[in-house]
Amino acid sequence: MQSTSDKTKLIRPSNWVVCFGMTVAVCSWNPAAGAENKAAEKTSSSAETDAEKPATEGSIVEFIDQQLRQGWVDNEIQPSDAATDEEWIRRIYLDLCGRIPTLEEANGFLKDESPRKRFVLIETLLAHEDYVRNFTTIWTNNSIGRGAPRRVSRTGMEKFYREAFAKERPWNEIVVDIVTASGHYEENGAVNYTLAQMQMPDDGVQLTAMTTRLFLGLQVQCTQCHNHPFNKWQQDQFWEYNSFFRQVRKEDHRKLDPNTGRMVDDYSEVTWQDFSGPVYYEKRSGVMQVAFPRFEGHEVDPGADTDRRIEFGKLLTESIDGQPPHIAQAMVNRMWSHFFGYGFTRPVDDMGPHNPASHPELLLRLSQEFVASGYNIKQLIRTICATEAYGLGSQFNDKNKTDDPAAGEMPLFSHLYLKSMQAEQMYDSLIVASNAHQSGRGGWSAQEEQRQKWMQQFVVAFENDENDESTTFNGTIPQALMMMNSELIDKACSIERGSFLFETMSKPGSEPQKIQDLYLAALSRHPTRSEISKVQKMLNANSYRTNKLNGYQDLFWALLNSNEFVLIH
Amino acid sequence: MSLWNNYGMNRRHFMQHMATAAATIPAMNFLSHVQANADVVKANQKSCILMWMGGGPPTIDIWDLKPESKNGGEFKPIDTAASGVQISEHMPETAKMFQDLSLVRSMSTREADHGRGRYYMQTAYVPNPTVVHPTFGSVVSYELGKNRTALEIPAFVSVDGGAGQAGFLGMTHAPFVVDNTGRIRNAPTEEGKIRLADRLTMLAEIESSFMASRRGELPGAHKDVYRNAVNLMTSKQMTAFDAAKAEASLGLEAESEATKEAYGKNGFGQGLLMARRLVQVGVPFVEVNMGGWDLHAGVFDTLKNQRLPQLDKGIAAITADLKQRGMLDNTVLVWMGEFGRTPRINQDVGRDHWAASWSVMMGGGGLKNGQAVGATDKDGLQIADGSKAYLPGDIWATVAMAMGIPVNTVHTSKRGRPMKLANGGTPIQELIG
Repeated sequence: MQSTSDKTKLIRPSNWVVCFGMTVAVCSWNPAAGAENKAAEKTSSSAETDAEKPATEGSIVEFIDQQLRQGWVDNEIQPSDAATDEEWIRRIYLDLCGRIPTLEEANGFLKDESPRKRFVLIETLLAHEDYVRNFTTIWTNNSIGRGAPRRVSRTGMEKFYREAFAKERPWNEIVVDIVTASGHYEENGAVNYTLAQMQMPDDGVQLTAMTTRLFLGLQVQCTQCHNHPFNKWQQDQFWEYNSFFRQVRKEDHRKLDPNTGRMVDDYSEVTWQDFSGPVYYEKRSGVMQVAFPRFEGHEVDPGADTDRRIEFGKLLTESIDGQPPHIAQAMVNRMWSHFFGYGFTRPVDDMGPHNPASHPELLLRLSQEFVASGYNIKQLIRTICATEAYGLGSQFNDKNKTDDPAAGEMPLFSHLYLKSMQAEQMYDSLIVASNAHQSGRGGWSAQEEQRQKWMQQFVVAFENDENDESTTFNGTIPQALMMMNSELIDKACSIERGSFLFETMSKPGSEPQKIQDLYLAALSRHPTRSEISKVQKMLNANSYRTNKLNGYQDLFWALLNSNEFVLIH
Repeated sequence: MSLWNNYGMNRRHFMQHMATAAATIPAMNFLSHVQANADVVKANQKSCILMWMGGGPPTIDIWDLKPESKNGGEFKPIDTAASGVQISEHMPETAKMFQDLSLVRSMSTREADHGRGRYYMQTAYVPNPTVVHPTFGSVVSYELGKNRTALEIPAFVSVDGGAGQAGFLGMTHAPFVVDNTGRIRNAPTEEGKIRLADRLTMLAEIESSFMASRRGELPGAHKDVYRNAVNLMTSKQMTAFDAAKAEASLGLEAESEATKEAYGKNGFGQGLLMARRLVQVGVPFVEVNMGGWDLHAGVFDTLKNQRLPQLDKGIAAITADLKQRGMLDNTVLVWMGEFGRTPRINQDVGRDHWAASWSVMMGGGGLKNGQAVGATDKDGLQIADGSKAYLPGDIWATVAMAMGIPVNTVHTSKRGRPMKLANGGTPIQELIG
């Protein structure tokens, strides 16, 4: 047990803020990290420019830290100790790259004695292809779900996001591309978002509901049928949003299969259809009403010549009564929740006067900075990862155990809340732990296909116009069975030539060293002395005496099945 | 959203678990309880089978027809075995079983969005950002599962489902989801089972320090799920999932072709057959899902040619089968979806979402069956004058009463808030008699 005597004073590197700012500059000199950032390269020799950057960045991080601390003081709690390097490296890899670090990556970081190594690692990971892969997975799932909606190209959607994240496109441009997209579902992958919301002929109702929820953080779908019970949203607002999506048409093409002589599915596309004037909807009383395209007070010409989605795209980035646009606030809220497990509202996509944010000033400031940065996603991530709160440990103490959002409390972010690994994170982590990533896994699409196939066992689609689905993965018996008995875990624990276990076992080294390697590979940490001796005792027990390799195999299996492995902490 | 975000486990359970874990886990045997007296115990065991109609079924075309109204649509009503109760002409087999079934025709439930409607109907609570309410199957698992000491498989099984969350009652009460073939993925091989004992011993040792670190209850929940998974894998009761297998000690036979045929050779029919087998081994709550009800277009063709023939066969078969085996009085049947569908027929000959006035079917369970409770007005647009409107909590309170769960039970959310069973609903007087 750790001493609690020094917990009144927060342990935090005093060079944190300064370092953070500097890192951005420092890393731009480093060709391994962020080499594409040509603008920064030019200024790398200029001390003045360097000095400016830390000032602005320091201030937002400092602001967040100060606000959160105030919350701790007000609630009479004390934050947990800072996370150890071991805890932190696992967390940052899972959050940014969607997988645990490899043995080499963990070793390299833990041995590094540079005081700036956390910042350097953040930059390295932001430039890593797995960062692109991770956020592509997340946003593809958000956009079209994990299942396979009919007539939607997952490949196309992934390709769109992959390019968007790889090229560091600003978030506002990504969103506008998605909501205005037209064309063939593989040539312009962005249309798949729209296709997925058009599974049924519903006059764009689902497309309206999903677009407002996912990209604007507004749940207006209830107002489709009635005025919102708790806020000023009226039924006409839903239909005003909806009227922007009436020029969208989904075309499913078919072709002749020369082998069978039958018509089969070919491609799908989003095309334009003529629509002008108002949309009609029915009040509960049965009275018919009209709604014209209008967004936050901005009227759009309802004439036949207007491309309403283009207009909608333009309005998305307008500030609203001096507040940052919805798309900025929604992204900030989601991104915060990505790292902390909880956003500023619950759920993250239901923002509005009826559901006040836990930290409204943080949400506002982060959103303002996000807009000011040109909707720079990586900059938002850097800021969040540099906060004191993200660097805290996940063990609570006597003075902050009430900070428990799982119990329904408002999150105060005084320790890192445990998160369960998502199915994709689990899959990728098992691949990494078993070394399979090094022996020819094929290209991106082959890997994606394999993972997607594996994923389907956990997806339950509900076949309704909301295109919603659930996964049976999250902490359930099917997940446990998969971790205990599946082919995937068998592969991870394989002792065949080329496997991680085989390589580790055939290297020279003492038993404690090998045990240490297994711990590092699975849990990204060194075993304690008592753990080593406990494990050694087990390995030398009767059942393994004749077959030591079996013992190591079982040890690795146990490490991968431990809750320390499946939880992000 | 992760089921693990909100989970609750009471301390006693936790401590018990820790005690078992300490003695662990040469564990492969720790649940091979003797089946002794199982039959005696089971004789009075109550169960519930929920037939969940995902998408929102048009009850105006199934249970509450309006032949005189412009909203009436294409179908005609027919008489049933219950005097004065008429249902759709496409439900002829079910009509014959109506002495053991009932309708509640005055549901008025206000949530007409799939996600919210599902949540409301399954938990009796409207969604609330600060708490995840348990779906009613989890409540039953929590209340009755603990007394079923002979039960080695989860107390709440969902066939083809997966939406329900155990919420503050904790992961151990989450539904165990299987598909209607009953195949359990990633079940261990016999060889794997032998290896598992050593591995679990190793696991218990390895994770003990993380368990003891102060990181909330998630690690404990994870461990509990593992324990349940191990119990499941090593249990004879697994046979209940596989209609092709027999297990004499549990009174399970391999189902004949004729039986499979009677239930209907489709997902819903085979799911119901599995539900009967699960009830036989003592599972108190089984949910069988049938989707494809979100009929915004072409409602009559789809009903007539696809949905209703399967539905009719399935309901008739499970009712008859349970009755013949003497299990019907102990098994409550509930049929519902997230809402009904608009009385008005839309331009695509479909019906849209409608929560204001619709029907739920119930049966068995020792209820006073063979009646239709409540009524809608002549066009189906609202609850008829003088008719009481019912909420999901009233349905679940009725189920609770039939299952012997005290209706005044109060659970405590993780935040210490008292949560009334079924949101304080009242059993439907006419049905409990």
